[in-house]
Amino acid sequence: MIENFDPVLLARIQFAFTVSFHILFPAFTIGLASWLAVLEWRWLSTGESSYAQTYRMWVKIFAVTFGMGVVSGVVMSFQFGTNWAAFSDKAGNILGPLLGYEVLTAFFLEASFLGVMLFGWNRVSPRMHFASTIIVAVGTVTSAFWILSANSWMQTPQGYRIGEAGLVYAVNWLEVIFNPSFPYRFVHMVTAAYLTTAFVVGGIGAFYLVSGRHQKCARVMFGMAMIMAIFVSPLQFFLGDQHGLNTLKHQPAKVAAMEGLWETRIGAPLNLFGWPDQEAEKTKYAIEIPKLSSLILTHDLNGKVVGLKAWPKEDRPPVWIVFWCFRIMVGLGVLMILTGLAALVLYLKKQLFEARWFHYWCMAMTPAGFLAVLAGWFVTEVGRQPYIIYGVMRATEAVSPVGAPPMAMSFTAFVLTYGFIFGAGTYYILKLIRKGPDSEEEVYGAHGVKKPPLLTGLVSEKGGPNV
Amino acid sequence: MFSFESFLDLPLIWLCLIGAAIFLYVLLDGFDLGIGVLFPLAPTDQCRDRMMNSIAPFWDANETWLVLGGGGLFAAFPLAYAILMPALYIPVILMLLGLIFRGVAFEFRFKATRYRRLWDYSFHFGSLLAALMQGMILGAFVRGFHIEGRSFAGGSFDWLNAYSVMTGIALVFGYALLGATWLVMKTDGVTQQWARRSASYVLAYVGFFMVIVSISMPMINAGVKNLWFSMPMFFYLLPMPVLTAGLFVQIWRDLRGTSEYRPFVLSLLVFLMGYIGLAVSFWPWIVPFSVTFRQAAAAGSSQSLLLVGTVILLPVVLTYTAFCYYLFRGKASHEGAY
Ligand code: HDD
Ligand code: HEM
Ligand code: HEM
Repeated sequence: MIENFDPVLLARIQFAFTVSFHILFPAFTIGLASWLAVLEWRWLSTGESSYAQTYRMWVKIFAVTFGMGVVSGVVMSFQFGTNWAAFSDKAGNILGPLLGYEVLTAFFLEASFLGVMLFGWNRVSPRMHFASTIIVAVGTVTSAFWILSANSWMQTPQGYRIGEAGLVYAVNWLEVIFNPSFPYRFVHMVTAAYLTTAFVVGGIGAFYLVSGRHQKCARVMFGMAMIMAIFVSPLQFFLGDQHGLNTLKHQPAKVAAMEGLWETRIGAPLNLFGWPDQEAEKTKYAIEIPKLSSLILTHDLNGKVVGLKAWPKEDRPPVWIVFWCFRIMVGLGVLMILTGLAALVLYLKKQLFEARWFHYWCMAMTPAGFLAVLAGWFVTEVGRQPYIIYGVMRATEAVSPVGAPPMAMSFTAFVLTYGFIFGAGTYYILKLIRKGPDSEEEVYGAHGVKKPPLLTGLVSEKGGPNV
Repeated sequence: MFSFESFLDLPLIWLCLIGAAIFLYVLLDGFDLGIGVLFPLAPTDQCRDRMMNSIAPFWDANETWLVLGGGGLFAAFPLAYAILMPALYIPVILMLLGLIFRGVAFEFRFKATRYRRLWDYSFHFGSLLAALMQGMILGAFVRGFHIEGRSFAGGSFDWLNAYSVMTGIALVFGYALLGATWLVMKTDGVTQQWARRSASYVLAYVGFFMVIVSISMPMINAGVKNLWFSMPMFFYLLPMPVLTAGLFVQIWRDLRGTSEYRPFVLSLLVFLMGYIGLAVSFWPWIVPFSVTFRQAAAAGSSQSLLLVGTVILLPVVLTYTAFCYYLFRGKASHEGAY
């Protein structure tokens, strides 16, 4: 029975599942690594012990998440070959070096200095430890740089030529790396990661505030998270808008799908909600706002927006996924902005740390970043269908010569494994959260330094007990 | 775009680089996986904590060499990557699953109280599965693949046969040797004594399997046979088996004596010998007996671009890797780390 399944479909589902699982961890670790660096800096320069306690609590959570990010990432690096062998053969000349650079510039850096960050407390000076934290944070962003460059090239390819046997060759590497959608995607993704982290940290901080535990640390968490929410959520809205304009230029079919727009129109309305019907070629039950789509996309009330019917049926992406995921992402983005606004108002009224209802609200927003990130990626990836390299290669030509049964088996194995690992990971993270920061007042105990090191320039004794 | 094709033998350079990356992976993750293989056999829970702590700061960077090997293959020899991954689909996926269970065990085990045993076994069976699959991939590689045009055309289970099962078990023992001698170096007391004893047992099996592999390889492949047993070559290559035998004797004696570092270093050399032997036998195939490394090579400009980065970055990577090993030198303790 399995033999009759479509291997392309299975390869896609399997890839989508493993990569969606993977992205949850980077979305969190990229932001967390940077935040930990800030925390350690605050601690070293003020000597305030609540920063140290907060750091020590979150670095444990970081370690668990990072571990899951690494193991699921190693899977991804083999998935190009196992699932998309034909694609690997054809596009290897371009994507290979980009991924190679990711390993050399980012993965080794993260992996090596993570060891120092976690286990080096008694072996390096506070400055060196701080440097390790920064290096890990830089590594995560560098990693995002290369992988998003690779992904963006598949979305908006340039700087290449097609040679014999359909192989793709690079002509201009700078054009390949800095392809048109890359700057937008990179910035949008990194801010997305920061927001994801901010809402997780804020949610946990709110939880401690509500339950009346670890008040000092809770204020650090909640306060810093709200600063991110206030400033970065509106920024993300702006960046997303710019990203969309860029997409309109290079992948207009994707934008038409996001808008659920079938007919090409002057002064196109914005479909707030509705049900895009691929067969009937229209968006049913649409709630329209006249002319808004034209205004957003062309900055002109009577601008022309191309509808999906301009493309042959087989060149259109599955509309309802793109349409709805886009609304989920933007909706969550708007909720984040509102959260930021509320935080600002409460702060000005000096009630940020007292307003119970708001703390409950922030607790509810904890998973918002993850959902928005997944929704965003689904818009991006499904919206470029049926192509794997936009306009160059279709996903159906990309698949490996592996039959349906092994694909189905591996998919099942991944679902079971990831389910189990994810369950356990969540359990341990919840356990760490329940425990909260250690409350004992050891300031620089572990470093053997009495004063804030960045103030005094003191360096601790090395060595200490073996670990 | 720029390309060094005209004055550098890029495919050859890349073959060496990727060969080196995979070899480093085998050595470095080899002792991690070997420790996982030996894990449940350790006498006490404290010993197990020490074993874990002795590799906890390193395992992630060690595994990254696998990503470099795989990613490098994709970058420098995309055709080989595109043929080998589907051909080895099932063992590669199983290896990855093994590495997942192994990798998460580090963090989870540190945090666990009630379910510690679960993660002990996750660590053990994950390592075992990954090691076994890597050995089986080697076995399948030795037998060659069925290829048509530019892609794999065989069946999903071509890789599975008695020979690959044998090489799989052989590699499990090989890794166990690395793991045990690493522990001799990084621990003391009860753990070290136990590691010494285990290493001696394992050493015997490793010797046994190396002999079998060495005899069977020329029997399976006429090409390999011609290489090793043709006249001048035979004498050029003769020092290798002799040297390997000498290494075994020395490790055996060191394990009985007091030397802490030498068994590990010499075990690395045993792996080096085996690896060189394989490399010589498969020259110049990258997908045995169908695609040479020159046929599989990526475009000159692609290989050049990555080469620039590699020449600059690889020494840096090696430096800070060495720094980390230096930083965490000395004996591992059983206490929780952070
Ligand atoms: C926006 C960022 C981003 C995206 C889109 C991806 N990754 Fe990732 N990846 C990271 C950001 C990241 C990271 C932040 O660098 C991670 C996450 C946690 C970690 O340990 O490093 C990581 C880990 C990670 C690792 C393990 C590195 C190690 O051994 O230390 C590999 C091999 C990959 N990834 C490969 C991939 C592939 C092949 C992807 C695409 C299909 C991919 N990642 C998408
Ligand atoms: C990390 C977040 C990402 C998520 C959540 C994601 C999600 C998805 C999804 C849902 C699909 C299936 C689309 C469909 O078949 O309808 C897909 C396809 C694909 N994506 Fe991504 N993706 C991500 C990142 C990347 C990156 C960074 C790359 C490459 C560098 C990439 C390469 C691919 C490839 C090769 C396919 C398969 C071909 C295809 O079906 O178009 N993805 N992804
Ligand atoms: C608030 C208004 C937002 C707008 C207008 C917006 C706009 C967009 C657009 C147009 C795309 C698709 C680009 C393409 O495929 O070419 C996109 C993708 C994406 N969005 Fe958003 N976005 C918003 C908020 C968010 C938020 C709050 C998050 C996460 C916290 C997020 C995360 C992502 C991610 C991860 C992607 C996929 C990667 C990429 O293409 O950049 N977005 N966004």
